Amino acid sequence: MLAAETGWFLEHAYLIPVVPAVAFALIIFFGKRMPMKGSEIGVASMVTSLVLAAGTAYQWIERVDFFSPAGDNASALGGFGRAFRLNAEGATFVQPVINKIVWWQSGGMEFGLGQHIDGLAVMALLLVALISTLVQIYSLEYLRGDRRYTHFFAALTLFSAGMLAMVLAENMVQLILGWEIMGLCSFMLIGHWWEDAANSRSALKAFFTVRVGDIGLLVGTGVVFFAASAYATRHGSNGFSIQSINEWALSGTGSHTVLLWGSVALFIAAIGKSAQFPLHTWLPDAMAGPTPVSSLLHSSTMVVAGVFLVARLYPLFHTGLDINVAGQHFNLIAVIGGITIIIAAALAFVQNDIKKVLAYSTVSQLGYMMMGLGVGAWTPAMFHLFTHAFFKCCLFLCAGSVSHSGSHHSFDMKKDMGGLARKMPITTTCWILSTAALCGVPYFSGFFSKDEIIDNARNNNYQVFFVVGLVGAFMTTAYMTRATYLIFFGKARGAAAGGHAETLATADAHDSHARVPAMANAASDSHDAHDAHDAHAGPHESPVLITGPLVVLASLAVVAGYINAPVWPFHTERFAEWVANSSGVAFPILDHAQFEWVNAVPSIMLVLGGFVVSLFVCRSIYGEARSPLRGITTRVAPLRWVHTFLVNKYYLDALYENVIVRGLVGPIANGAYWVNQNVLDRIVNQAGIGARKTGGWVYRNIDQRVVDGAVNGSGAVTRGSGTALRPVQSGKVNQYGALLFGAAAIGALVLVIVNT
Amino acid sequence: MLINQFLLLGAVLFCIGVYGVIARKNAVMVLMSIELILNAVNLNLLAFAMNMNGEGSADGHVFALYVLAIAAAEVGVGLGLVLLIYRNKRSISLDELSEMKG
Repeated sequence: MLAAETGWFLEHAYLIPVVPAVAFALIIFFGKRMPMKGSEIGVASMVTSLVLAAGTAYQWIERVDFFSPAGDNASALGGFGRAFRLNAEGATFVQPVINKIVWWQSGGMEFGLGQHIDGLAVMALLLVALISTLVQIYSLEYLRGDRRYTHFFAALTLFSAGMLAMVLAENMVQLILGWEIMGLCSFMLIGHWWEDAANSRSALKAFFTVRVGDIGLLVGTGVVFFAASAYATRHGSNGFSIQSINEWALSGTGSHTVLLWGSVALFIAAIGKSAQFPLHTWLPDAMAGPTPVSSLLHSSTMVVAGVFLVARLYPLFHTGLDINVAGQHFNLIAVIGGITIIIAAALAFVQNDIKKVLAYSTVSQLGYMMMGLGVGAWTPAMFHLFTHAFFKCCLFLCAGSVSHSGSHHSFDMKKDMGGLARKMPITTTCWILSTAALCGVPYFSGFFSKDEIIDNARNNNYQVFFVVGLVGAFMTTAYMTRATYLIFFGKARGAAAGGHAETLATADAHDSHARVPAMANAASDSHDAHDAHDAHAGPHESPVLITGPLVVLASLAVVAGYINAPVWPFHTERFAEWVANSSGVAFPILDHAQFEWVNAVPSIMLVLGGFVVSLFVCRSIYGEARSPLRGITTRVAPLRWVHTFLVNKYYLDALYENVIVRGLVGPIANGAYWVNQNVLDRIVNQAGIGARKTGGWVYRNIDQRVVDGAVNGSGAVTRGSGTALRPVQSGKVNQYGALLFGAAAIGALVLVIVNT
Repeated sequence: MLINQFLLLGAVLFCIGVYGVIARKNAVMVLMSIELILNAVNLNLLAFAMNMNGEGSADGHVFALYVLAIAAAEVGVGLGLVLLIYRNKRSISLDELSEMKG
């Protein structure tokens, strides 16, 4: 092994999730006794993970560069065939670093725990560790004085551990393990303020909706396991191994039907986890959790897990769904992704809650990633996942910063915000930079990732999705412009204008502690005292623990794109090299579009158009001047219908809860009640009566007569015989001697008689 | 027949011994009667040893010697018991030792 080929960090990448998992236990057991209530353990563990992940990334890049066909050692490739292989088509790949231990054995099957470190895993590890670290630092200030501070950090740490474990999973069992840990932690974190019934309801909704998809994960894993098992066993592995599944999918030995249904089942899991249509309804409700949770959930962990699953098993989906087969214009992944882009973006227009705008934006951007995967744009999709994490995390943290220091814990853009740009310059700058990145303004990171997805859709002959992507870009710019205008510009309203507790108590705030009128409870705990302080000072910039992560993330949102910027004057494609070219031994050959300015022009025009149109409309509707557009959604009937339709979220929640859930639950409940009353109760009652009758008969006949008779009889017999034999025990030795000799004499007599 | 006289003597001694065991109230007398019984049996053993297995066989003699040895031990233990009973009760009358009657 050469130094450049592998390294300590690469071989020990499994430590990255282990550290926060151990930290979770430490926080739970010792957190409350620590000086900072356990938060220091959480932050320290995430920093450790980040250092380990950075080391892993560094050594991975060394490994790739060392063997890169373009690198200096290209000529030495032949000598290091072990680390560098050609696949069937002759393309080159860097061997992933796979280490595993046997977790448990059952019937000759070995279930392993281990690491599968390739470009994709390294990218995700670094991303998750970085975002988690920043979010935890941010939470130090944001949740200061919270009543479950310690538990919050414990759950947050375990959440990151779950995602990290899933990302580097070597086999499907481990992947499911990490996946479920995340599901559990998202439930705990979304319902962090469970005293408010709405919050615990949201947590349950998130949990159950994702659960619907999780069935797909179990079914898909099972299908793939049995299908791939024979192939994998021949190659010294088993059907759970991710590498074996990918190799099997590409080997062409599997039946196409099995591949199809396996990938469909797994895709259903991705739909649930990544909040794709039609299971996207849980994500906006997940805003009930504290803002750092939303931020972490939406940028790099929970919701990208579904996208990551598809990317991880991409050969399976690629073969199973015939992606990029000549003449194909639609496939399941692209269609779901495309629908999600449009419907989520449309919903973002009618939200008043700043976090819900961002939530729908996330859903829409996840749609882009899915669509990218669907049209064969694997690298741009993963690159979008990478850049999206930075700017979406930054946007959420900005929203938290605004509510923390600017709008008095309210998230309502229309009631409590406006004109904050002058009061909160750092937050505003970070927000605008991230928004530019999200919208895909040229030379911001979103431009290099999102536009590449759109470009690739055209390049790979998916014309419909090319159009969908462009429309989505237009809508993204428009709703983000609306949100930016409402929050930071225009006239200050409500709490942002220094409003009082009365407006706040009725505000649609999600942080439940904000619902308590601040002045009334000013002395009850430190956080409310802080509220009172806010009320005096009015909107102001947030403290450095909040702005610090914001600045870091905003900088990354600006510059992250440049590791894969094929435009003048950069011409870098390092991301594609490090991540895509090295994602496992087995990988389908994908044709990625070459960047040309001509192809980017429509998208840039649409972004600009979206900005201008939206700004004009916002100024008319929300501005001070009288305008014919003001109140248009209530005056014009078709627009009113659309508005109502959107406000009610396409009635999907109503469909799920009233039609599907109630339709299933009602008859089942009634049937169960009938069975309970008429069958079970009758059986139980009859059994009771029968038992009582039997008991009485047994008592009278068996117990009283037979048993008691036997007991009394034996007592009487014993007593009688005792009385009869009593005189024998005279205590006189002579008498005993006489008896002894008498008996001996009788015995002798008998002996004589018998013998003669 | 020589053996008849031996056996007869043995039977007589045995009967005297049994009578002594049953009838005597004195513990020492009872022990002595037991000695009589044992010796009656010894007499029988020796008589049969001389008569039945022919000369040269020492089985019966050895048996008798064992009985003598054990009888000596038995008398030692028995007299010890009697001595202790006497110390406790100042009497060796068996009629007074009936605490174990049922």
